[in-house]
Amino acid sequence: MRTQLAKKEDYTNKKLGKKEQEGYFTQLGRHIWKHRYMYLMLVPAIVYYLIFCYGPMGGLMIAFKDFNPIKGILGSPWVGFEHFKELFAMDKFYQVVWNTLRISVKRLIFGFPFPIIVALMLNELRSNKLRQAVQTTLYLPQFISWVVLGGIMANLLSTNGGIVNGVIQLFGGTPIGFLNDERYFEGTMIVSMIWKTFGWNTIIYLAALTAVDPQYYEAARVDGASRWSQLIHITLPGIMPTIVVMLIMRIGNLMQAGFEQIFVLYNPGVYATADIIDTYVYRIGLQDGMFELSTAVGLFKSVINFLLILGANKLARYAGEEGVY
Amino acid sequence: MNSNKCRMPRRNRIREGFASRLFDAVNVFLLLLLAFSTLYPFWDTLIVSVSSLKSYLSTSIHLWPSEFSFEGYSYVFSNMELWSSYGNTLFITLVGTLINMVITIMTAYVLSKPMLRGHRILNFLAVFTMMFSGGIIPSYMIVKATGLMNSLWAMIIPTAINTSSLIILRNFFMDIPAALEEAAMLDGCNEVGVLFRVVIPNAKAAITTIALMYAVDHWNDFYNAIMYITNRKRWPLQLFLRSMLFETEAAYSSGGQSLFLLGQPMKMAAVMLSIIPIICMYPFFQKHFSKGMMVGAVKG
Repeated sequence: MRTQLAKKEDYTNKKLGKKEQEGYFTQLGRHIWKHRYMYLMLVPAIVYYLIFCYGPMGGLMIAFKDFNPIKGILGSPWVGFEHFKELFAMDKFYQVVWNTLRISVKRLIFGFPFPIIVALMLNELRSNKLRQAVQTTLYLPQFISWVVLGGIMANLLSTNGGIVNGVIQLFGGTPIGFLNDERYFEGTMIVSMIWKTFGWNTIIYLAALTAVDPQYYEAARVDGASRWSQLIHITLPGIMPTIVVMLIMRIGNLMQAGFEQIFVLYNPGVYATADIIDTYVYRIGLQDGMFELSTAVGLFKSVINFLLILGANKLARYAGEEGVY
Repeated sequence: MNSNKCRMPRRNRIREGFASRLFDAVNVFLLLLLAFSTLYPFWDTLIVSVSSLKSYLSTSIHLWPSEFSFEGYSYVFSNMELWSSYGNTLFITLVGTLINMVITIMTAYVLSKPMLRGHRILNFLAVFTMMFSGGIIPSYMIVKATGLMNSLWAMIIPTAINTSSLIILRNFFMDIPAALEEAAMLDGCNEVGVLFRVVIPNAKAAITTIALMYAVDHWNDFYNAIMYITNRKRWPLQLFLRSMLFETEAAYSSGGQSLFLLGQPMKMAAVMLSIIPIICMYPFFQKHFSKGMMVGAVKG
């Protein structure tokens, strides 16, 4: 299509006898005019990206300024790395960074293999109907917001009338404050996040599984391979590229420890282990009005996140996969 | 299980041993257990929501209410804030999804044409926003500066495009055979005509899936609400629920009686009301994501 259109353009130009002599801008103008509706359709997106994505990037300069709302962002005086010095001297900063990374890494370690295992189990089911039914059920929590799931969790985990503690007491244990006790809160966050997302995350592996060539299985069966060895030697290697890509994407996301989940469920009693970068930025920035400091924390997070994504993408290419970005 | 054997020829032609059957049994059992653990929390919610407070307090294992009561629902229904937040969320979901789809489709279509000048840089600018962002505070300042604060549009405009959905849709558009578009062009369609007559009809499945994702995101949107909406009249459902579920119940009273008295059954009734629309739409979603659309999964 490209060549055909190009030819058409050449032809028109020749007819007008202007082809070689035309300047770059005239040609560009002609090109834009010819495709004016296409360029017009881009306008909303360009405006959107400029204002709501690149605008905030420009706003990051607050982190280097003594922000004064009256003078505005541009008019406020520069202070260099003042806010970062303050930040790096704060114990709280290291605490929230550590919490963010610790929670995401634990979620990665425990949560990453789970959907793979479930996808393999679903793949081994012989009844298509049962597989459909189980799959559909497992996807459900993905479509429910954290506010609602938080309410449901508070109902189940309550020390006063929740079923989980009811069962614990039935067996003679003492009720556990899953949502109030510093020792348990983090575990509750990790398990509930895995619970919400694992079903949906099986989709991509199930899709990869359907792409494994059935001939391999036939050949293996002729050779007398058991189902277990088929799983290890055919199925797993077949979906390995997908596993690698997903792992790399997850590594690129390590700075996202789940703002909504923690924000809905945490309380001052568990800040020491559950306060993450985003919740901290929200509190000191929007509630206490410390715009410069919170922007500096946010910028720190964005930069680390960016480096993680670049690194993960490099890794993907190194692992022989097409980069994710 | 055995009755299905003849229908699934791929794996079952050879005779199977005991180990294989045991494997199947354990597998089915574990998967059913997982499905149960996914569904049980919702079941518990439903049961608590239709229990009387007395029957709720009498036990902590709510498999079936010892006494039915719809008091929780009637109190939630009589709360005007529920209705206004429901209305706000409906508006955000309908208008927001419409705007999302119009802009995403237009942009994806233009970006799917590599012959256009500037196409590379535009692609890069879009993808770059997935890797780097200004973060919470600068975004807040921009929304404030644009005068969107405390308006429902603050939950629509700043999320007008989801870049991963845009990229996925662009890739779908690129996969549509160029011959189809050329044929339409020869028949006298211009580029806009091609979009409506060729591209959109050929990417229906992808478009529906992406629209559903956008709609669910709007329905569940808590992040933008907590950032940009403080006026209670503009509260969407998720903020209303958060306040009802997690803030002191004493703040809520309706019909002169403190809702504190109704406690958990009332809260769970509110939860049920907010997920019922999603459950009703669920069979419809399900049809679409089984079509091999990995859209959401890639979105991660």
